[in-house]
Amino acid sequence: MSTRLSKGGRLLDRSKALDFVFNGKRLKGYQGDTLASALLGNDQMLLGRSFKYHRPRGLVASGAEEPNALVHLGQGGRFEPNQRTTTTELYAGAELSSQNHWPSLEFDVGAVNNAFARFLVGGFYYKTFIHPRFAWKHVFEPVIRQSAGLGKAPKEADADHYEQAYDFCDVLIAGGGIAGLQAALVAGQAGKRVILLEQTPYWGGRAPVDGDVIDGRPAADWIAATVADLAKMPNVTLKTRCMAAGVYDHGYILAEERVADHTPGDGRPKKRLWRIRATRIVAATGALERPLSFAGNDIPGVMLASAVRDYVVNWAVSPGDRTVVVTNNDDAYRTAIALKEAGLAVPVILDARASANGPLPTKARAMGIRVEAGKAIAKVKGGKRVTGVAICLQAGEGAVLEEIACDAVAMSGGWSPVVHLWSHCGGKLLWDEAQAMFRPDATKPPTSHDGQALVYAVGAANGHLQATAILPDAAQGAAAAAGVTPSGVAAQAAPSDEAPLEPVWTMPQGAPIQLRSKMWLDYQNDVKVSDVQLAAREGYESVEHTKRYTTLGMATDQGKLSNINGLAVLAQSLNTDIPNVGTTTFRPPYTPVTLGALAGESRGEIFQPLRKTPINDWHLKHNAYMEPVGLWRRAYCYPKGGETHSQAVDREILAVRSGVGLLDASTLGKLIVKGPDAGRFLDMLYTNVMSNLGIGKCRYGLMCTEAGFLTDDGVVIRLDEDTWLCHTTTGGAERIHAHMEDWLQCEWWDWQVYTANVTEQYAQIAVAGPKARKVLEKLGGMDVSAETMPFMTFKEGTLAGLPVRVHRISFSGELSYEIAVPAGHGLALWEALMEAGQEHGIVAYGTEAMHVMRAEKGFIMMGDETDGTVIPQDLNLGWAISKKKADYLGKRGQERTYLASPDRWKLAGFETLDGSVIPDGAYILAPGVNANGQGNVQGRVTSTYYSPTLKKGIAMGLIKGGLSRMGDVVEFSAITGQPIKAKVVDPVFYDKEGEKQNG
Amino acid sequence: MADAVNAQSVSPLGGASFEGFAKVREIGPLGMISLRAKRDVPGLEGAFASLGLALPEQRRITGTTAKGAGWMSPDEYLILVPYAEVSGALANLAQALKGSHHLAVDVSDARAVFRIEGEKAGQVVAKLGPIDVASLAPNELRRSRAAQVAAAVWAEEGGFTLVCFRSVAAYVMGLLTASAAPGAELA
Repeated sequence: MSTRLSKGGRLLDRSKALDFVFNGKRLKGYQGDTLASALLGNDQMLLGRSFKYHRPRGLVASGAEEPNALVHLGQGGRFEPNQRTTTTELYAGAELSSQNHWPSLEFDVGAVNNAFARFLVGGFYYKTFIHPRFAWKHVFEPVIRQSAGLGKAPKEADADHYEQAYDFCDVLIAGGGIAGLQAALVAGQAGKRVILLEQTPYWGGRAPVDGDVIDGRPAADWIAATVADLAKMPNVTLKTRCMAAGVYDHGYILAEERVADHTPGDGRPKKRLWRIRATRIVAATGALERPLSFAGNDIPGVMLASAVRDYVVNWAVSPGDRTVVVTNNDDAYRTAIALKEAGLAVPVILDARASANGPLPTKARAMGIRVEAGKAIAKVKGGKRVTGVAICLQAGEGAVLEEIACDAVAMSGGWSPVVHLWSHCGGKLLWDEAQAMFRPDATKPPTSHDGQALVYAVGAANGHLQATAILPDAAQGAAAAAGVTPSGVAAQAAPSDEAPLEPVWTMPQGAPIQLRSKMWLDYQNDVKVSDVQLAAREGYESVEHTKRYTTLGMATDQGKLSNINGLAVLAQSLNTDIPNVGTTTFRPPYTPVTLGALAGESRGEIFQPLRKTPINDWHLKHNAYMEPVGLWRRAYCYPKGGETHSQAVDREILAVRSGVGLLDASTLGKLIVKGPDAGRFLDMLYTNVMSNLGIGKCRYGLMCTEAGFLTDDGVVIRLDEDTWLCHTTTGGAERIHAHMEDWLQCEWWDWQVYTANVTEQYAQIAVAGPKARKVLEKLGGMDVSAETMPFMTFKEGTLAGLPVRVHRISFSGELSYEIAVPAGHGLALWEALMEAGQEHGIVAYGTEAMHVMRAEKGFIMMGDETDGTVIPQDLNLGWAISKKKADYLGKRGQERTYLASPDRWKLAGFETLDGSVIPDGAYILAPGVNANGQGNVQGRVTSTYYSPTLKKGIAMGLIKGGLSRMGDVVEFSAITGQPIKAKVVDPVFYDKEGEKQNG
Repeated sequence: MADAVNAQSVSPLGGASFEGFAKVREIGPLGMISLRAKRDVPGLEGAFASLGLALPEQRRITGTTAKGAGWMSPDEYLILVPYAEVSGALANLAQALKGSHHLAVDVSDARAVFRIEGEKAGQVVAKLGPIDVASLAPNELRRSRAAQVAAAVWAEEGGFTLVCFRSVAAYVMGLLTASAAPGAELA
C-alpha cells in the first residue's frame, strides 16, 4: 500500500496539515502537496476508470503528462471536471470525486466492457455504428454518450472570475528548470527584456530530485541562488504557476497563469490568460519519461520511474513497501536508489538491456539491490492494485521464469523531449537513434517575420538529458535568442556517466497477442499495442490516420505518454523506420486551458460593450423595454401600468398623431463630409444629386453597393459651401463611414475630401405631432415657424438655452422637428421638451411606434424592405435616382438584365379583406408548383403591423407587377390555417398629400 | 424657460470613480477637436501655434490633457482644449487653415475620458489591450483598444489618461473597475 513516509518531502510543509475529501472520505495532506501526492499519501491507488473498458486506473505520472488521475474538484459554482491531480495544488477543504464510473469507483458496471475487450478493438466505433444510418442518431449515439465521457459538465454558472493581460519581451523562456534558469541568466545579463514562465509553483524542475550537483553544490542551492539573482534584475520577470500554452506566428504566446486556483474564493481572479509578444522564445520545457509496453502496465501501482522518485523525494510518499523497477536505461536506477535511501525495498531491477554496468547500476548493486539484465516483465499481477510481477526474458516470448510479489512497479522506457512549443509554429524534428527520441532539428526551426529562428529549444527539450550538457546548451541557446555572443561561463554540473538506452517498444519483444492486447499505449483512451497493430494490418499507414482510427493520443492528455510508443509500434508493424512514420502534429495548448481564461473579463455586465445614448437612463427610469439595435440599446416602447407592449405602442402612436411625442433618435449615424470634392463624392455615393443641395436644406438620399443593391438611406444636409452632413441608419454609421473611407483611400485617393463620424457628438431628438411646433415655441430661443423653417430645411440656434440644430424632417408623417444637441446636453433638452409638452399630453415613443408610423406613411425601412437583394427601383424609388448623372455607385449594376427586368417583385401596399394583420414573413401564393414540388410564390410581405390610426392591419410587400396589381386580391401564406386574402393597395395609408408633415 | 435648464454639458457617467489597487475616475467633459489635414498643408504649423500648441510627431502627444495635441494618423490630429474654448479654437483653426484642405470638428461630447492613477495604474492599462506599458514614452499616445472597443491612452502625471467613445463609457468603466479590482494586481 502507498503511504506517507515519516521523514523527508522537500516540497512539504508538515506544520500545515490540510483536510480534504475524496469520494466522501475525509483525508489529510500537507501544504505543498499536489492532489496526487495527497491521495497517494492516503493509500488512494485507485483513482478512476478508463474511458472505454472502465479498467481501474491510478497515478502513472507526477506532472502535466498524467493521463489517468483526473477528478471532479469543488462544488456548485466552483465545480470543475477533469482536474489533473498531478498539477493541481491541494488546498484546505478541497472536495474531490472520481470520474467515469457507475455506480461506484470500486464496483463499476461498465467494467463489463473489459470482458468484451476483444470486440472493442481499434476502429470499433467506425466498424460497428456505420449501418443502419438512422440508428446512429437514435440508438448508438445516446447509448455511447451515456456510457462514455470523462468528467461531468458543471451545472452552475462559474462563481469565479478571470482576466487577460498583455506583456512584451525580447526573450520569453518557457520552463523554469535549470535550463530555463540558466537561459534567463544569460539573456538577463545581456540586458534583454526577459520573461521566464514556470508551470509549477517551484523553480528548478527535476534537478533536485535527480541529485544533480551544479557548480559544486547541490542543485537546490544553485537554483535558489540563481532565482535570487534573477529577481534582482529589473529587466527579468519571473512567473510561477504560469504555463506557456501555445506559440503562434510572429512570437505571440498564450500563457495561462493559475492565480487563485489553490486559494479558491479569496476574491482574486481564478486564472489569467497572458497574451505575450516576444521577439524570440526559448523552449526549456524539459522531457517526459515514456512508459514501457508490457502486459498489465495500466494496473494501479505501475508508475513512471521518475514519478515514483518525485513522490518519494518531493512529497515523502511511498508508492508501496516493495517496488520493482523495470527499465531500458540507467536513469531509472536513480529511482531504485532513492527508494532504498528512503528505507523502502526494491526486490529487483529488471533491465531489458543485455548488460548494465555503468556507475548507477554499480551503485545499485552495491546497495544490495538485485539487478537482472536482459529480463523483462511478462505481466503485472493484480486487479485494482499491483500484487506482483511475472518475470521473463526480454528477448523471448514471455515464458515466466519467476514471480515476485510487490506493491508497485516503476517503469522507464526512456525520455521524450517536450517539443510542443518548438513545433507549434512549424519547427521540424529529427529522430535521434542513439537516444531513441524525436528532438528539435536546429537547422529547421520555426521562423519569425525576419526569417530567423523564432524558437530555440534548450536543455532536455533539445535532447540533452544530462545536467552537464543541459547547462551549456541553455546558455548557448539563450545567447542566440538574445542575439549576443555567449559571455562568461555557464554553470557546470558534476558529470554522471550513463550508458546508452536500448529502445524497447514491446516487452518482451516477442510477446504473443494475449500479452499485446493487455499492453496499454494510451491509458486515457484505452488504446493498446494490439489496436495499433490491427490498424496497420487494416492498411492505416499514416500516423495521422492511425491516430484518428484508434483514438491514440486524442484524449485530454493529447498523447504525451503514448504518441512515441504508439508510432514506434506502428513503424514496427509497417516494417519501416520510426522517422518514416513521423509524429502527429503538435497543436496548442500544451495542456488544456480553461475556457473561462479564454473568455477573460467578458462576462456579465461587460460581456460585450452596450452602447447607450445620453438619454438612456431616462428610458430605463420610465420603464422602457429596451431592444438591441446592433450594440445599441434603444427604447422599443414605454409600457405604463399593466400595458402590454402592443398596447403601449398603440397608445404612443395615437398620442403622437393627435398631440406630440418624443423619440430618442441619437443612434442615427451622422457623418460629416467636407472638401472641395465633397459634392462630387456624394454624387457618386448617393443615387440622387447632393452637390446641388442648397445650404440650409435637407434631402433624402439612397446609397447602393457597387452591385446596385440598396444598402443605406438617410437625410443629407448641407452645412456650408463645402460641408455636408449625412445621416445614416443606426446600424449603418460605422459601416457607411468605412465605405466612404474605403472609396476615398483606395479608389479616389486624389479627391480632396475628409470625413468624420460625429454620430456620438450629438443627441438627436425627434419631436413629432401636430403640437410639435407649440412645444418648441414654448422652449423659445429661435423661430421655428412654417415660414422661417419650411419642410426639409434646418437651422442652427438655441432652444431652452442650449445650442441646437433643428431639422424640419419627418419619418412619422406628422409635423416634425429633429433636434440635434451636443450629447452632454441631450438629457437636459429631452427633459425640457417633456416639461414644455406636458400641456399637450406629450409622450415618449419608442422604435416600434416609429416603425408603425413610417409604415402607415409608406416609408421604407432598411432591413425590412431591403435585404441585400433589393434595388431602389424595386421600391418605386425611381424619383430618388438621378437620370442626369453619368455615374453613381450601383448604376452599372442596376443596368444588368436581371435587375432591369420588368418581372421583378416590386413594392405595393396590402390590406387584408378582414382587417387582420398578415403574419411576418408571409409569401404571396401563386398557382402551380416549382421543380421541387413546392408551391409557387409571387411575392412576400416586408412590413406588417396593426395600425392603431387606421384600426386595421396594414402591410407593405414586394409583388410581381408591383403597383400595376392595384386592386387585385392575393393570398398570403399562413403557417397554420388557411391562406389570408388581401387587396393590393397604395403603400401610403396615411396623409397621402403630406399636408401634416408639410404643415 | 432657458434659465430653468442646466446649460452645463455633462460627462457620460457624471464623474464616476472606483478605488481598487489603482484609482479610476471619469473626468471631463474636455474640449476635443478632431482635425484632419495632411502634414504638409500650408498653415498647419501656424494653426497649432495659434492655439498655443506644438504639432505632434507620429505616435506622440504634445502639451497636456488640459491643452494638448495628439497624433492620430498621418492625416488626423486630436486637439485638446478646455471645453469652453472649443468654438474659439475652431475659429482659429479655420482662420489659419483658410484655403487649405482640412476638416475640423468638435467631438468633445462624443467622448468619455478616464484617469487611471496610482503606483500600479500601468497594470490596469496592461489588461486592456496590446499596449506595452513598460516601453510607453512619457509623451506617447497609443491608439489601441480597451478589450472590445477603441481607445486612446497616454501617460501623464502619476497615471494614464484614456479616451473612448461616449456610448461605451459604462462598458469601459466596468472594464476598468474589474481590471483594478483589489487582488487582481499583476505583480
